[in-house]
Amino acid sequence: MGRAQSSSEADVSPSASASADAATPASRAQRLSTSSRLTRVLGIAGLLLLGIMLAFGLWFSGPEIAMRDSVRLLYIHVPSVFVAYLCFGVTFLGSVQYLRNQSSFWDLMAHAAAEIGVLFVVFVLVTGSLWGKPTWGTYWQWDPRLTSTSMMLLMYVGYLALRRLDLPGEVRSQRAAVLGIVSILNVIVVHYSVKWWRSLHQSQTFGIDTQMDGLMLFSFFLGVIAFLAIGAWLLVHRFRVGWMESQLDEIRLEHALVERRNEGRAYPREDDLLQVRPGES
Amino acid sequence: MLRDARLVARKDLRIELVSKVIAGQIVPFGLIVLLLFGLAVSPDLAVLGRDGRSVLAQVAPGLFWVAVVLSALLAVGRSFAVEAQDGNLDALKMTGLDPAGVFLGKAAAVAVELFILELILGIGAFILYGTPIASWALLAATIVLTTAGITAAGTVYAALAAGLRVRDTLVPLLLLPVLTPVLLGASIATEAALFGPPSDGWSWVLLLGAFALLYVGVGIVAFGSIMEE
Amino acid sequence: MSDRADTGVPSTVVQLDGVISVINGFPALSGIDLEIEEGEIVLVRGPNGAGKSTLLRLCAGLASIDGGSGEVLGFDLGDRRQRRSLRREAGLLAHQTFLYDDLTVDENVAFWAAANRVEPDTVDPVLDRLGLAGRLRSVRASSLSAGQRRRASLAVLVCRRPRLWLLDEPHAGLDADGQRVVDQLVRHAVGFGATVLISSHDVDRVAEVADRSVTLVGGRLDSQASASNRVRRAS
Repeated sequence: MGRAQSSSEADVSPSASASADAATPASRAQRLSTSSRLTRVLGIAGLLLLGIMLAFGLWFSGPEIAMRDSVRLLYIHVPSVFVAYLCFGVTFLGSVQYLRNQSSFWDLMAHAAAEIGVLFVVFVLVTGSLWGKPTWGTYWQWDPRLTSTSMMLLMYVGYLALRRLDLPGEVRSQRAAVLGIVSILNVIVVHYSVKWWRSLHQSQTFGIDTQMDGLMLFSFFLGVIAFLAIGAWLLVHRFRVGWMESQLDEIRLEHALVERRNEGRAYPREDDLLQVRPGES
Repeated sequence: MLRDARLVARKDLRIELVSKVIAGQIVPFGLIVLLLFGLAVSPDLAVLGRDGRSVLAQVAPGLFWVAVVLSALLAVGRSFAVEAQDGNLDALKMTGLDPAGVFLGKAAAVAVELFILELILGIGAFILYGTPIASWALLAATIVLTTAGITAAGTVYAALAAGLRVRDTLVPLLLLPVLTPVLLGASIATEAALFGPPSDGWSWVLLLGAFALLYVGVGIVAFGSIMEE
Repeated sequence: MSDRADTGVPSTVVQLDGVISVINGFPALSGIDLEIEEGEIVLVRGPNGAGKSTLLRLCAGLASIDGGSGEVLGFDLGDRRQRRSLRREAGLLAHQTFLYDDLTVDENVAFWAAANRVEPDTVDPVLDRLGLAGRLRSVRASSLSAGQRRRASLAVLVCRRPRLWLLDEPHAGLDADGQRVVDQLVRHAVGFGATVLISSHDVDRVAEVADRSVTLVGGRLDSQASASNRVRRAS
C-alpha cells in the first residue's frame, strides 16, 4: 500500500468541509499506509537476522548427536511456537482490555494478534510434521504436544470465524473479547488433559532431549530473535490493516450519513403524500 | 438468580414437551449415529479383540460419547433457535431476568434433555455393542459430570453465536475443540466403569468435574456480556 | 405507579441531541434531536424506512448510539449499564410479538409476566380487557392470527406497566375494536403518568390521542413538517 499524496482525491468526498479538516478519517487514511519507520526497521532486521540464522543453522553449526541434521528444523520450529503463544497472549490481553474500557485499539490488536498467531501455529505444525518424519518415521503422532497444538489452532480459527462475521461492530467486538479470554482457558485445559491422557497410556514421550553445542545454541537464539522481529513486523502491519479498515468504515459511514440526510429531499413535503396507507407497511 | 433459572428452565422444558424436537428428532439422530459407528467399525470385528472383548465393545465408550456430543450440538442449537424466533432475544433483554439465571436455566433444561438422550443411547449402545458394566457408581458420576460440562460449555458457545445467520455452522467449530478434554475424560472413565478396574476412572471424573465447574463459572460471569449487547 | 405521576413538575423523558444510530453499517438515525416531556403522547410519522422503528428501539435501549448523546427516563444511552436498566423501565410493542410459538397464550403471558416480576393476579383482568379470554387462552401462539398475537403482546406490555410506552404501529393488524382498545390503553397509561411514543401511518386515528406529532425523514426530524403538526392536547 503506497502513500496517496494527491489531495485532489479528497474532493470526491461528499462532505467537502470534512475532508478539509486534517483530523477526519478520510484524510488520515489517505496519508497513511501500513508501513512506518518501525515496521521498516523490524522488517529489515527480521529478514537480516533470518538470513544470518539460516547461514549458522545450515552451514556453520554441525548436526546433533541423536537427531543428526533434523535438529536444524528446531531453530525455526521452536521460535515460531514462542511467537504463536505470545500472539495468543496478546489476544487475551487485548480482550481483557476491551471488556474493561471498550478500547478499539485493543480490539483491533486482539484480532491482529490472533491472525498472526494462527499463521505461526500452522508453521509450527508443518515444521513439526517435517521434523517428525525422520525422527518418528511418520508425519503425525498422537503426541500430546502435537495433538493439543492442533486443537489450539482450531480454536483460534473459530475465533477468527467469529471475528469475520458481518455483525454490528460493538456486538462482534464484545463477543470476540469473551471468546478471546475463554480461549486461553481452553488452551490450558486441553493442553494438560491431552498430556495426561498420553501419560496414562504409557506411550513413549518424544521429548526434545538435545545436547546443543555453542554454535547450535547460537543459531537457536538467533532464530528466536529473528522470529520475534518478524512476528512483531507482521503484527504491526496486520494491526494497521485493521485500523485502516475501521477508518474506511468511518468514511463509508460519513458518505452514508450524507446520503441518508438527503433522503428527505427526494420526498415531497406535502402531508397527504407522507400519509402512507396502513396496509403498505 | 436461581428463581430466574427455574423460570427459564421450566419454560424451555415446556416448549420441548410440546414441540418434541429432542424426543422426535435429536434422539433418533443419536441412535442413527450409534448404528453408523457400528457399521463403520465393522461388526465382523466383533468376534476378535484383545482381552476377550470384542473390538466394538472396546471402542464403545468413545463412540457413545461422540454420538452424545453430536446430539448435544443439535440440542443447544435448538435451545437458542427458540429464543431467536419472533424477537424473543430482545424481549429477554427487556426483562429484569438475571443473565446468570438465564444461563443456568437454559443449561439446566438442556442437561435434563441430554440425560434422557443418554439413557436411551446408553441402552442402545449396551445392546448394539454388547458392553458389560463393572461399576455403576463410576458410570453414574461420569454421566452426570460429562453432561454438566457439555451443556455448560455448549450453552456458552451457542450464546456466542446466538442471533447470527451462521449460528448452525459456527457452534460446532467453536465448541468441538473445546470439548476435547470432556470427550477424553468421559471415554476413559466410561471404559473403566464398563470393563474395570474403576480406580482408573475416578481421576478422570475429577477432571470432568473441574471442567463442568469452570464452564458453569464462565457462563455465570460472561453471559451478561455475551447476551446484553 | 401513582407515585410516579405525583412527581410534580413534568420532567424530560426523552432527550436526544444529534443521535446517530448505525444498524449493520446503515445510519438508520442520522442525527436526530428530540425532546419529550413526561406524560406526553407523541406521534412519530414518516415514510417507510425513515427510521421510526429504530427510534423506538433506541428509546427502548435496544439500538446502539453511535453519535450524539441521548438520555431516556434519566438513563444515559451511551452507558451500557444504564442502557440495560432503561430496558427494564421501557415497554416496546414491535412488529415482532415476542411470543414462543409452542406455548399457549396463557403460558406465554405467564412466562413474560414472571420474567418481568409482575404479580400473577394482575394478568387475568388484562387478558380479559384485550379480548383474550376463555378458549383463546389455551391456544398455542403458532395458531393465533396476526391480530391475536398483537393483542397477546400488548397484554404483556400492559402488565409490565412501563414508564415509557413505545408502540410501533400499534393499530396494524388489529380490528376496529382492538384499535379502540389500544387508544383507551394509551390514554389510561398517560393518566398514570406514563409517556407514549406511537409510530403510525394511520395518522388520522393517532392524531385523536396524540398531543403532537413529529415527522422523521432520512433518519432525522423534519422540523418544518413537525412544527406545523402541533395538535391539540387531549385532556
